[in-house]
Amino acid sequence: MGKTRSRSQRKGDRGTMLLLPTWLVLGGLLLLPLLILLGTSFHPPDDVGNPQAISNWSQFFHSGDWAHNYVQSVRPIYLRVAWRSLWLAAITTGLCLLIGYPVSFYIALIAPQRRKNLLLALAVIPFWTSFLIRISAWRIILQDRGALNALLLHLHLIYEPLRLMDTPLAVLIGLVYGELPFMILPVYASLEKLDRTLLEASSDLGASGRGTFWRVVWPLSMPGVAAGCVLVFIPGIGQFIVSDLLGGSRTMLLGNLVQNQYTSGRDKPLGAAIALELTAAVLAMLIAYAIAAKRRGMEVAL
Amino acid sequence: MKHRWLLIHSLGVYVFLYGPILLLAALSFNRSPIGATWTGLTFNWYAKLFSDADIIDAAQRSLLIAAGATAVASVLGTAAALALSRPGTRGRGPTAGLLYLPIIVPEIVTGCALLTFFSVWRWELSLWTVGLAHISFSVSYVAIVVRARLAGIDRTLEDAAQDLGASPRAAFWRVTFPMILPGVVAGALLVFTVSIDDYVITSFVAGPASTTLPLRIASMVKTGLTPEVNAVSTLLLGLTMILVLVAQRLLRGPGEGSHI
Amino acid sequence: MDIAIDIRAVTKRFGEVTAPVTAVDNVSLSIGRGEFFSLLGPSGCGKTTLLRMLAGLEHPTSGSILLDGREMAGVPPHLRPVNLVFQHYALFPHLNVAKNVAFGLRYQGVARRDENARVAEALELVRLGGLENRRPDQLSGGQKQRVALARALVLKPKVLLLDEPLGALDQKLRKEMQVELKALQKRLGITFVFVTHDQDEALTMSDRIAVMNAGRVEQADAAATVFERPRTLFVAGFLGAANLIDGFIVRPEKLSLRLESAPEGGAFLSLPVTVEDRVYQGINTIWTVRLDDGKRLTICQQNTEPFDVHAGAAGEKRHVWWDKRHAVYLDEKGLDAG
Repeated sequence: MGKTRSRSQRKGDRGTMLLLPTWLVLGGLLLLPLLILLGTSFHPPDDVGNPQAISNWSQFFHSGDWAHNYVQSVRPIYLRVAWRSLWLAAITTGLCLLIGYPVSFYIALIAPQRRKNLLLALAVIPFWTSFLIRISAWRIILQDRGALNALLLHLHLIYEPLRLMDTPLAVLIGLVYGELPFMILPVYASLEKLDRTLLEASSDLGASGRGTFWRVVWPLSMPGVAAGCVLVFIPGIGQFIVSDLLGGSRTMLLGNLVQNQYTSGRDKPLGAAIALELTAAVLAMLIAYAIAAKRRGMEVAL
Repeated sequence: MKHRWLLIHSLGVYVFLYGPILLLAALSFNRSPIGATWTGLTFNWYAKLFSDADIIDAAQRSLLIAAGATAVASVLGTAAALALSRPGTRGRGPTAGLLYLPIIVPEIVTGCALLTFFSVWRWELSLWTVGLAHISFSVSYVAIVVRARLAGIDRTLEDAAQDLGASPRAAFWRVTFPMILPGVVAGALLVFTVSIDDYVITSFVAGPASTTLPLRIASMVKTGLTPEVNAVSTLLLGLTMILVLVAQRLLRGPGEGSHI
Repeated sequence: MDIAIDIRAVTKRFGEVTAPVTAVDNVSLSIGRGEFFSLLGPSGCGKTTLLRMLAGLEHPTSGSILLDGREMAGVPPHLRPVNLVFQHYALFPHLNVAKNVAFGLRYQGVARRDENARVAEALELVRLGGLENRRPDQLSGGQKQRVALARALVLKPKVLLLDEPLGALDQKLRKEMQVELKALQKRLGITFVFVTHDQDEALTMSDRIAVMNAGRVEQADAAATVFERPRTLFVAGFLGAANLIDGFIVRPEKLSLRLESAPEGGAFLSLPVTVEDRVYQGINTIWTVRLDDGKRLTICQQNTEPFDVHAGAAGEKRHVWWDKRHAVYLDEKGLDAG
C-alpha cells in the first residue's frame, strides 16, 4: 500500500510548488548572475575591458594569475576609496542617529496618538520616491549659484559663494538626507513598544525626566538603534548616486569606483572583484549583526 | 509646552526632508532657467516637456517596463509569500534568504552582475534586459509586503471555509485572497514606483535605445543645460508620492497596518 | 487620627470639551497614618485614577491633595514621598532583580556601596533573598510581584500605594499574599492605600474601606461597619448580596426558612413566601423565594442539618425569618444610590 500524504503534507507540497517559479526567476536573475560575476572576477581584462577567455587553464591557476584582480583591488589608491566609503558611512550613521533619534522619540512618546501615523508616513514617504531626483535637488541647493549660496549672499553672511559641490561635505549631506528615514523607522518601532508604565515607575521611584531617559528609555531602545545603524551604515558604503551627483571625481566612493571600471576604466574584471569584496563585507557585517542580536535575545528588527 | 525643543527639532527635520523637494518643485515654475533666484512664474518648462521627444519616449519606456515588471513580480511575490506562510513548505529558510538578496546586495553589484550575465549570454541590452532586471528586485518587495499582510490574518479562516464545504482552491480564492488583496495591490504600487524610479541597476543594463526616464533625467541633470529637468522631476516625484500614499492607505486597512 | 493623606474635594475630568468623562467626582477622604486603607469598587469607578493622583501620575482637575499636611499640587511623581506598586509590576526588563530594587536608591543619596545591603534587606522582607541576579522574565508572577513590592519598600516611603497588585495571581497565591501583605504592613507601620475590586480581599486586609461607584465615595468606614451597616444599596450589594425589603436590607445569610411564621413581639420578624428555586452548593443552599407582592428574595443557608430537613419544593409555602437586628435601614439617599 502506497504511503498517502497527510493533509498538512499536501499543503506543504502545494507550498513548495508555489515556490518553484520564484526560485527559477530569482535564481536565474540573481544567483546565477552573481556567480558569473564571481567567475569573471578571476579573469584578466582584454583590450576593451571585458573578461578575457582563458586559453591555458593549468598555467592560469598555477601562476596565480587568477587572483590578479583581487591583488590589484587592494592597491593604495583603491584602499583610499574604501577607507573613504567606510568613514563617510560611519559619520553618516552617527549623524543620522543624532538627528533622527529625537524625531523618533517625539513621534513615539510625545505626539498625540492620532498624529503618529501621519508623522511617521511623512518621514517615510520620501524614501519611496526617486532617490536620484531628491539628490539632484541638492545640486540646486549646493551649487555655486545654488539656493544656499544665494540665500547666504543675500543675507550678507558671506561675500563669495561657498564651494560646496564636489566635496565630501556635499556627499555627507546627501547621504544623511537619503538615509535618515532608515534610522527614524526602526528607532520609532522600538520606542513605540516601550511599556509606558516603566516610565511611570521610574518617575515614581525618584528619577527625573533625564534620569528616566538615560536609565530606562535609552537602554530599551537599543535594539532599534542597532537596527537603524545597520540599515544606515551598510547601504551607505555601497552608495553610488550621492557621490556621482554631488561628489564629483574628487570624492569617489566604492560604488563609483566599480562603475568606473565598467565604463571608462575598462577593467570589468577588476570592477567585479571590488564589487564582490564590497558584497562580502556587507554580508559579513550583516551576519555579525544577526549573531550579536540573537545572542542578546534582541529581535532582529530588519 | 514641556517638549518644545523636541518639537522644534522634529519640525526642522521635516523641513530638511521636504525642503529640497519643495525647492525643486518651486523652481520648475521659475522663469529663469538657471540659478535659484525667483524671477517669475511660468509653465513654460512643463509645456516644453510635451514637445521633448526624448523625454516622452523615455517616459513611455519607463511606464512599459514598470507595468510589465509589476505584473510579473506581483504574481511571483504573492505566490512566494503564500508559500512561505505555510508551515509545511520545504526550503523556506533559503527562499527567505533569496528574497532578501536584492535588498542586501548593493545595487552597484547587482547591476554589474546582471550586465555580465547578459553579456555572457550575448543578449543585447534592450528594454527586455531592463525588464528582467527590474523583475529581479521587484519580487522581493511584493513578497515582503504580502508576507507582512498574511502575518496579520487568521489562517484558520481558510480551514473554516473548507469545513463549510469549500474546496481548498475555493477557500483560498473566496477567503484568503480577498483579505490579502489590499496587500498585493499595495505591494504592486510600491514596486511600480521603485521600477519607475530605478537608476543604478537600469544604468548598467539599458542599451542605447532603451533610455528610461531616470536615465534621461540623470543626463539632463549632469549636463545642466535643459531646465525642463525640474519640471519632469517634479512630475515624477508627484506621481510616485501619490502612488505611495495610496499604497499606505491600502496597507493601513482594517485593523493593524504594517508600516513599510 | 493622625492624618497621613488628606484628599479634599478632588475631581478629575478626562476627555475633550465635547465628551468629558468624570472619573473622580468631588471625593474627600482622610487616611490615617499606619492605616491599611482600601479603595474598593467595580471597574471604572475611579479608584485607580484616585490612586494615580496620589502618586502624581495624574493631576486633579480641581481640589487638592495633602500628604503629611503638604500640598501636593505641582509636585511631580519623582519628588513625592509615596511609592506605587503597579498592577502589572512594571519591572525594568533590562535590569536584574537587584538593580530593579536598587533603582530609586541613588535619588535618596544612598552611596553605591550601601545599595547592596539595602537591596538585600528589602528582598528579605518580601522573602525573595537569593534571587538578586535573576532577570524579570525568569520570574513567576508571584515573584515579580514581590520584587515590585521590594523596589518600593526599599525606599522606605511614608505611604505605599498598591494598584490591584494581586489581580494577576491565582486564587491560592492570592490568599497567601493577602496574609503576607497584611502582616508586612503591620510590621512596617507604613500607611497602605490598596486598590481592589475584590470585596473579600478588601475585607480581609483593610482597617478601613472606601467603597467607590462612578467616581464617588459611597461609604468610607471601618471594614466591619461597611459590611454590617451599609449606608447605600450599592454598598450593600457590592460587599455581599443584599435583599431589599420595604426600605431596609437583609443579607441572604441572615434569612432562614421555616414552616411557621414568627411569633409577635419576639426578636424575629417574618413574611410569607413561595419557594421558587433551590440550589445545593455543598456548604450552602441558595433559595430563591417570592414575596406576596412579587418581589424576589435570596436566602443562603448553611447545610448544618441533613439536606432533607430544609426541603421545600418549588411552589410550596414557607415563611422567611430574620433577626430584627440584622435589618439595615437605609435613608432616602441610600435607597436611591446604587
